[in-house]
Parts: sequence; C-alpha cells; structure tokens
Amino acid sequence: METPVYPAHNYLTNGHGLKSWLLTKDHKRIAILYLISISAFFFLGGLFAVGIRLELTTPQGDLFQPDTYNKFFTLHGVIMVFFFLIPSVPAVLGNFLIPPMIGAKDLAFPRINLLSWYIYVVGGIFTLFAIVAGGVDTGWTFYTPYSAASSSTNVVPTALGVFISGFSSILTGLNFIVTIHRMRAPGLHWFKLPLFVWAHYATSLIQVLGTPVVAITIVMVFAERAFGFGIFDPQRGGDPVLFQHLFWFYSHPAVYIMILPALGVISEIVSTFSRKRIFGYSFVAFSSLAIAVFGFIVWAHHMFVAGITVYAAMVFSFLSFSVAIPSAVKVFNWSATLHRGSLSFEAPMLYVYGFFGLFLIGGLTGLFLATLGTDIHLHDTYFVVAHFHYIMVGGAIMGYLGGVHFWWPKMIGRMYSEFWSRISAILVFVGFNLTFFPQFVLGYMGMPRRYHMYPDEFQVLNVLSSGGAAVLGLGYLLPVIYLLYSLKYGEVAGNNPWGASGLEWRTQSPPLTENFLEVPTDIPEAYEYTPKVVREAKLV
Amino acid sequence: MSNGYAHAEGAPSMHGHDHAHHPALQHHFSTMSQQREAGVLGMWVFLLTEVLFFGGLFITYTLYRMWYYEAFALASKSIEIVPGLINTVVLIGSSLTMALSVRSAQTNQRKATVNWLIATIILGSVFLGIKVYEYALKFEHHHVPGATFDFFGHAEASGEGHEAPAEGVTMGRDQIQRTTQIFFSLYFVMTGLHALHMIVGIVILFIIAWMAHKGRFDSEYHAPVEMTGLYWHFVDIVWIFLFPLLYLVERH
Amino acid sequence: MSSGHSGVHVSPLSTYLSIFAALMVLSAITVGAAFVNLGAFNPIVALAIAGVKATLVILFFMHVKYSSRLTKLTVVLSLFFVAILFAETLMDYATRGWLNYTPMGQ
Repeated sequence: METPVYPAHNYLTNGHGLKSWLLTKDHKRIAILYLISISAFFFLGGLFAVGIRLELTTPQGDLFQPDTYNKFFTLHGVIMVFFFLIPSVPAVLGNFLIPPMIGAKDLAFPRINLLSWYIYVVGGIFTLFAIVAGGVDTGWTFYTPYSAASSSTNVVPTALGVFISGFSSILTGLNFIVTIHRMRAPGLHWFKLPLFVWAHYATSLIQVLGTPVVAITIVMVFAERAFGFGIFDPQRGGDPVLFQHLFWFYSHPAVYIMILPALGVISEIVSTFSRKRIFGYSFVAFSSLAIAVFGFIVWAHHMFVAGITVYAAMVFSFLSFSVAIPSAVKVFNWSATLHRGSLSFEAPMLYVYGFFGLFLIGGLTGLFLATLGTDIHLHDTYFVVAHFHYIMVGGAIMGYLGGVHFWWPKMIGRMYSEFWSRISAILVFVGFNLTFFPQFVLGYMGMPRRYHMYPDEFQVLNVLSSGGAAVLGLGYLLPVIYLLYSLKYGEVAGNNPWGASGLEWRTQSPPLTENFLEVPTDIPEAYEYTPKVVREAKLV
Repeated sequence: MSNGYAHAEGAPSMHGHDHAHHPALQHHFSTMSQQREAGVLGMWVFLLTEVLFFGGLFITYTLYRMWYYEAFALASKSIEIVPGLINTVVLIGSSLTMALSVRSAQTNQRKATVNWLIATIILGSVFLGIKVYEYALKFEHHHVPGATFDFFGHAEASGEGHEAPAEGVTMGRDQIQRTTQIFFSLYFVMTGLHALHMIVGIVILFIIAWMAHKGRFDSEYHAPVEMTGLYWHFVDIVWIFLFPLLYLVERH
Repeated sequence: MSSGHSGVHVSPLSTYLSIFAALMVLSAITVGAAFVNLGAFNPIVALAIAGVKATLVILFFMHVKYSSRLTKLTVVLSLFFVAILFAETLMDYATRGWLNYTPMGQ
C-alpha cells in the first residue's frame, strides 16, 4: 500500500488568515466555524452541569443559593439545547458532508450558509450577555406566566438569543432541503443517497416547519414582557397552557432535530464497519421522514399534567406510541445489518455500539412517559431528566462524537490516536450510564427535578451520579486533546482510511474547495460492499 | 493523484450545455435553470416557514376569539373599517403591480419592470402610511395594550360611553377591559409583524428596482424579481386573512 | 425545457387583470357579508372568501398553477402542518367542557 501524502491544495490551505475564514462561503470552512463555536458552547453548558452535579452531591443544598441553582440548570438547558444540540450534527457534519455526498460543489446558497453561522453567533452573544448580566431562571422551557410576568431575571435577552439562533437553524434547514433537491450529481437519484442525507432532509423539514412556531411564541412572550401585552398571563385573561402547546409544537419535534441527524450518522458508520449494505435501506430512509412527521403530532405528552383535558391526553398518548415504530424500524435494521457483518471496533464504531445501548434505554423509557397513568407518577421527576438525557446525550451526542471521529480524517486529513479515542469512547459510555442510570431510580422513587435540596435517603444515588459525571466529563475532554494534537502530529489519513463506500471518500482528504476535481458520474448504489469493492479498497 | 486546484470556471459543465455562461451564473451551479430552480424552491421553503410563523398567531387568535367572543366583537367594532378596506384595495393593487413587474422581466421589458416595481413600492408605502394613521388613532383612544390601556377611555371622553357595555353583553366592565386588551394585543402583534414584513419587502423592492434599472435582469435571469414577487404576494395573503379577522367581527 | 427562457410560463396580461378584478369583487363581498347577520356563518363566509382570494393569489400571481409538483407540494405541506397545529391544539380546548372544566374567563 502506498503511503498517503498530505495534499498541498485543499480547502484548509485555500486562503489564509482570519478574514479568509470569517468571509468564507465554503461549506467546509463554515462547518469548521460551527465546530469551534458549538464546542465552546458545549463546554460552557458543561460547566453549568458541573455546578449542578456538585450542588447535588449533598442533600442540604449548601453550595449555591436556590436562585443560583435555578439559573444553573436553566443556562445548562438553554445552552445545550439551542446552542449545542440543535446545530451539532447538521451544522457541522451535515454542512461539511452533504455536498460531497451528493456530488455538489457547495450548498445551494453559500452566502446564506455563512449568514446562518453569523446569526447563530449573534444569538449566542445575546445569551452570553444574559449570563453576564446575572443569568436567567425560568428553565429552558420559558414557561409562562413565570417567564412573562414574574421572573425578574434576564428573560428577554435569553429569549431573544434563542429566537435569533432559531433563524440560523431555519436557514440551515432551508439550505439543505434545496441542496438535496437541486444539487445532486447527474444520475444520483433519491434511493442512491446515503441515509445520512435522508436523515438530514427529514431534519431540515422539522427545522423549517417547527422553528417558526417557537419564534412567534417568543415574540408574544417578548411583547408581554416588554410592552405589557396580555397573551399568556392568566391575570390578564391569557392562557399559559396555550404557551405550552405552541412551545412544544416546536420543542418536541426539536428532539428529532437533535436525534435524527445522529441516526443518519449511525447508518453510515454501521454500514462501513460491518462491510454491508444497510439492511432494508428504503425502510430506514422513510423511517426518517416518518419520525419527522410523527414528531409533529405528539407534542402534548409533555403536558399531561398541565391542565389539558383527559380526552386530548388520551389521543396524544396513543399517538406518542406511534413514534416508537419508525425508531424501532431503524434499530432493528441496524441490528440486521450488523448480523453476520465483518465487524470491527474502531473508535467511531465504539461510539455506535454505545449509542445502541443508550438509545434503546432512552427510547423504551420514553414509552413509560407516553403512558398516561405512569406519566402522572413520573412527570417532572428525575426519571424524565434521565430519559431525555439518554436520548439527547446518549443518542445525539454519541452519534455526533461517532460522526466526528468517523469523518475527522476526511475533514482534517489526519488520524487521531487510536488508543486514546477508544479510551474516550469507553469513558463516555461508562460515565454516561453512571451519571444517568441512578437518575431513573431517583425519579421513580419520587425525586423531583429542578430542586437543589433533597431528602437524605437519595444521597447515595446522587453521589453515584455526580461521580459518573466526572468520568463523563473526562471522556468529553479527551477528544479535545487528541483531536487538536492530531491537527499537526496525526498520521496522514489518506483519502479513504476506513474503506468506506460513500462518495465523500472518493475525493481527497482534506477535500478541495470544489470538493471534486471532476464530479463523479459513475455513482454506485449506496453502501456497495460487494467482495470486489472490499478487495479493491484493500480492506481484508 | 493530482492535487491541482481546479477553478470552477474551467471545469466542464455537468449537464453538458456548451453555450457560454450567463454572467449571473454562480460557480457552484451548472446551468441557469438549476440556479433559478434552486432559488425559487428556496423562496418557497422560506414561505413555508412564514406560514407556520403566522400560523402560531392565528391559532392564538382562534382560541381567544372562541373564549372571548363578545370582547372580540366589541373591540373589532371599535376599529374603523374604511382605512382597513382602503388598505385591502391598496395591497391587492400592489400585488397586481408586482405580478406585472415579474411579467415584464420575463418578457425582457426593462423599463416596464422598473416602473411596476416603483408602483409596488408606492402602494406599499401608502399601505404603511394608512397603518400609521390607524395606530395613531389607537394611541389616541387608549386602545394600545399596557399600562394606559382603557377600552372605554375614548367613548367616555367623547361623552357617549356611559351606558357601556352595550346591549346583549353579559361581561362585566373589568372583564371587558381584560379581554378586549387581549384582542388589541393580538391586533398589534399581527398587524405589527405584517407591517414589519412589508417594510422588509419595500427595502428589497428598492434593491431589486435598482438592479433592474442597472439592467441586471433579462428573460433568462430574473429570479430575484420573481422571488421578491413571491414574498410580496405572501404578505398580501396574510393581510387577506387579517382584514376579516380583525376588522369584521360581528359588524351586523 | 428551453434553457434560453428557463421554461418559464408567461401569463397573458388579461389573466392578471381579471384576477385582480375578482379579488376586488371578493373583497367587496367580504365587507358586505359582514354587515348581514348570518349567525354562525359570518366567520365561515369571511374565511371562505379569504381562502378563495388566497388561492387565486397563490395559483395565478404566484404562478403555482404552472409550477412544478414540488412547489405545489410545498404549499400543501405548509397548510397540512398548520392544520395539525390547529386540530390538535383545538382538540384540547374543544374538550375542556366535557369534564366540567370551566375555561378561564367565563
């Protein structure tokens, strides 16, 4: 095998200096800008999580004032949801990979792509301002009437930050939809597309359909706070439950904005490392669309005890179960893909194995919460906290990290330390379970979320959880070190280190600004791992 | 492998059209029609988000109209119908001039394109002018939600409000105060956001008119005019719904 | 499709003028109908006319009648999701009275 050479001409060397980055229209550079900024927000959000876990190691609530604690969990939620999870996979991996995956030179609207990063940054600045100005304590959900009428903290700048960053999300989704429709290479029809692209298409639909509803809701809360308009405040005749309807109309599907692209990542990695075509390709493809649509009809399962009628609750409960179907289709098809595949255990695949376990637990506990009677017991307890962390951290972040490890050699052209990457994948999995599994038990035993004190008998489980969080934090810090190290000292990766079949692996690593010297015209079916292809890629 | 950096201009076109590139063709598109179709689809997807954006307002309106129908009827009757009707005519007229501008661009009539765009700008500005007049009236009548809100303020000041609430109204005075305020909150949010969309539209129209004047568009490349048109028509459609919902509740 | 003119449909002037006339007539009918007591049908008539007007604008001014299936699908998709928002939110509020709930403000 010839030794790979680091290509002199690539998107990283095409232009130098800060200006060439801040004014770039190259989707790959914009992806890197996103990677840097969302990582910063991830560690900022993580800092607040550290505060929460430190406070909860003792039952007395002796570290922070109650108000400070409220601000900590609010900011942890706001930052992680709106400034890390929602942009994570789409804005970084989707941005970088969709054009090369479909044989395009760029996204359909490169300038709008850059604009959406700037909008994200402006939204982030508003939120950072809210933090510096003293924080906000409404919870990431901004429930009225507290947020609109009572809270004396910085609701307006935070809500504006979320509102503004929402437009970044809308524009990214819009760009992807148009790109996937209009920019595919000749002959690359829909059923040859990687499932990563299908997942992003479904995600983009949610972004453009759901985000505007939360935007208008925030506008109304803003009008209520700033001008004294009465829309959600019961004292002025408004209905706070309506706020929750509108909020969850977006925020439930938003969970799928976080998880769907991660599911797309999983499909790519599973196929590559089991050397097999994804079992039931079209089912997996359509299950993404089904999740997107079903995601929009189940929102009020967040509101079973908020005062909606039992009749509406029954319908929402029933519909909520329907989301389990396409999710299960995916898991079963991945399992069938793994079955008799020639499996390997590189870091990306370790993240995927971890993902399976966590997503399964997260998904199944979701069914508990969709069940009306059970939810009344579990609502607003740590059971809910554990459930959505299993989906959003266990699912989405495992997928994101798996994807970053999988495509890092494509993005940067260099390999990271194999040893340390495996260690970090294992640490994340162990630390995650140690952090959040005890919370299922705590919630089941009745510990409510969002309190900084708790009865003494909950301490053992809380200490376990905090200890796990330390392991988890280490697992998240390690990649920063070895990935940064690999930038300069990593081995040159070559164009296709994993022997993957996707179109993006056919260009050089890191790719040219135009992605391809010449757009490939002989595009095979997705996930071609016939013996011939495998042999030629020197995989065996 | 060769790692020479390829400039797009030199790369062969994907679709094999051999004719010279249109100056407006961006490097990452292969043909003008691909570029145009991408732009138009992008505009439609944007309008899709706009529909959902206003959809959130309309469901809020619907709920409170169900709950507080009497207040909505009372409050709606306090709004002058004539400026609203004039604005309806003006805005639909501006939609016509916009459509004609797009048509002129399609048929390569540069002068007509510019003129129709200017007509659209004028009509849009007339709409906003009338809106300003209407808002001023609301301020005068204390019909702006907030600390100074007083639904009966205007009627009492003009000495005709003593027997209010009107016949058939079952709500008490405080109740009317509270619930008409919700109507006016929605009135201002809805018409305010609509007006904001119009202001943005007018700014875009100015830019497009300038580009048209400079001869940037022809029958092959006029997607910006077309997309501005789509946006403008959408804003018109929002008003088509706002007018009966805000001005015409129980006028009989 | 001829790439010279991007295959765009150019509507005759008369189409635009007659659609404009129809919109004007419908606006007049909306106002007129509002002053007639139709009971529960007042809002229904008003919204139906608004719907017809919007449809005319979408089909002819926005050229959806001559556009690709994808454009038509986009329009339908937006209405479909607004319908979900309305139907499921109202599903809650419409059943509020069934268990002797008293909605606020009544």
